[in-house]
Amino acid sequence: MRRLLFESVFRQPLTEQAPTPGDAAVAELATALGSAARRRLGRSLSIREIDAGSCNGCELEIHALNNAYYDVERFGLRFVASPRHADVLMVTGPVTKNMREALERTYQATPDPKWVVAIGDCARDGGCFAGSYAVVGGVSEVVPVDLHIPGCPPTPTAMLQGLLALLERADTAAVTS
Amino acid sequence: MPSLIDLALEGRKVPQHGPWPRVIVDTSVWRFTARELAHGRWNLLGLWGEPATVHMAIMDGDTSEIAVVGLDCPNRTYPSVGMHHPPALRLERAINDLFGLSAEGLPDTRPWLDHNRWGLRFPLGDHIEALPTAAPYPFLAVEGNGLHQIAVGPVHAGIIEPGHFRFTASGETVVRLEQRLGYTHKGIEGLMTGASLERAVQLAGRVSGDSTVAYAYAFSRAAEAALELVVPDRAVFLRALLAELERLANHLGDIGAVCNDASFALMHAHCGVLRESVLRAANAAFGHRLMRDVIVPGGVARDISADGAETIQAALDNIRLRFPALVELYDNTASLQDRTVDTGILKPALASQYATGGYIGRASGRSFDARQNLSYAPYDSLRLQVPVLNEGDVNARVWIRVREVEQSLSLIDQILNRLPEGPLGANAAHRVEPREGMAIVEGFRGDILVWLRLRDGKVERCHLRDPSWFQWPLLEAVIENNIVADFPLCNKSFNCSYSGQDL
Repeated sequence: MRRLLFESVFRQPLTEQAPTPGDAAVAELATALGSAARRRLGRSLSIREIDAGSCNGCELEIHALNNAYYDVERFGLRFVASPRHADVLMVTGPVTKNMREALERTYQATPDPKWVVAIGDCARDGGCFAGSYAVVGGVSEVVPVDLHIPGCPPTPTAMLQGLLALLERADTAAVTS
Repeated sequence: MPSLIDLALEGRKVPQHGPWPRVIVDTSVWRFTARELAHGRWNLLGLWGEPATVHMAIMDGDTSEIAVVGLDCPNRTYPSVGMHHPPALRLERAINDLFGLSAEGLPDTRPWLDHNRWGLRFPLGDHIEALPTAAPYPFLAVEGNGLHQIAVGPVHAGIIEPGHFRFTASGETVVRLEQRLGYTHKGIEGLMTGASLERAVQLAGRVSGDSTVAYAYAFSRAAEAALELVVPDRAVFLRALLAELERLANHLGDIGAVCNDASFALMHAHCGVLRESVLRAANAAFGHRLMRDVIVPGGVARDISADGAETIQAALDNIRLRFPALVELYDNTASLQDRTVDTGILKPALASQYATGGYIGRASGRSFDARQNLSYAPYDSLRLQVPVLNEGDVNARVWIRVREVEQSLSLIDQILNRLPEGPLGANAAHRVEPREGMAIVEGFRGDILVWLRLRDGKVERCHLRDPSWFQWPLLEAVIENNIVADFPLCNKSFNCSYSGQDL
């Protein structure tokens, strides 16, 4: 373990190896997100993830946000275990009828101000599951949605981009209200 | 002991069902089959319904002979398999929820997928109006001094799928865990009915996101079996490449995540980096990080990109360089071993009774791996060693994954070295008459079964059986007498699919 930790001290951080435009975009977003989040919430934004019936594809990519390449915690964005600690609810999946009440109750348990980000094509309108007897539809059928991030599933980069857009909107709302 | 073939002779053979035989039997043969399953002579691979028929897929564990047994049930009842053979219990409850076919003698008649929220009952059979009020779900009673209950979910603390766990604990020790699933039920089998092959394979790829390749693979192979479609060699090899990349990414993620549940974040961070490298290589090679919608009936939808093989090879080289040190770290960290060794033991007898697949079965002495036992192409021409352990604890399930990472690396090498040139797909002639097919594909989690009937270019009925159906119930068994704090470790070492089970 010591050797591995020692090596890590001398290894280039993975996040700074930015040879491709994709990686550069992540770094760019990182800076912008950092300053916007700081203005609004003192550099801290807590996210609670809710799977409202997804296939788990979106969850895999949300997990990736925490890996060393995307490392969302550098920007003050962190995933929390309870809706009562959250500023943002990230909701995935077509909302199934069996999950509707759980989503509503989680939303109600989240203190104001709060934002809802619907992740993935299914969360927009039910995606390929729309019309099923067991599916309500998109997240906005159940709780108000501030932002959709499309994709099946969206890439971690797309999710970072989306969170940035949300922060700027939240900022504008705060100024105008 | 009668062979499956002998059993097949007892019934009316269904024409145009491939590649294994399907027979329609009477209730006495159905009951006989249930008893043979209970005696452990055969394995239950699946049990599913149609509006007036039930089907059961069975396998001879020694010879890997497979057959599908069907029973018409005009009176909407059939003799319960679950009363003899517990692995069928939840499947029979689901059949009742979806089709309104009841299993006579089923000891547990509580609903499973139906939470009385759909606005109707028996959505895939002759549906009727929903019950006026949702009755509370009666959990099994647990009685004793000083017992307390812990209710968890459906919204969990982590970034995971929804499900409810009801723990009964005596102090820190879990006396009973009862699962309540079905929250992510999307009605996929309902959407499948009447769907074109293009739409159906898209749905199949969205049954369980972490197995999107394996599901599209299994669905496509079932459709090809029904249509007697021959897939060109290049597509056969590319499919296995996709499947191995998916397995590799998932196993790397899981090894780290199990350690993370013992608060050993270092492994998690490093394994996460390796997983990401596989996803990036997959994206470079096939245009999608999870390789979604690449496998389609007849072949693959797109070729590997020009520099795809090179990118994958580079990711593999990096894993070969970094992974051994992580395995050594896992093996040599006493505090981590203290959490994983002897925790959550699944006894080989249970693994064998439930015909549990994947790393769960193989960590408990059940060697079945569809790639080897059913040796579908191209695995029949590739070198593969299936790792098996008997300890059945969390540690063994981690080690099986470690060995399977090594096997997948070797398989990908072999595939890239031999990738044949040629067309990417074959088109099926339009068939008006009903044709049935079944396929079993080894996903990272275990064997995925897909059975379907096509008619006039559309799916008439498609059943997709996730490996988790035979793994979730065992999680209830392994957590018994472990402490509550070890549940995340046990759960992650199983890593069952919610969406795949709920469907």
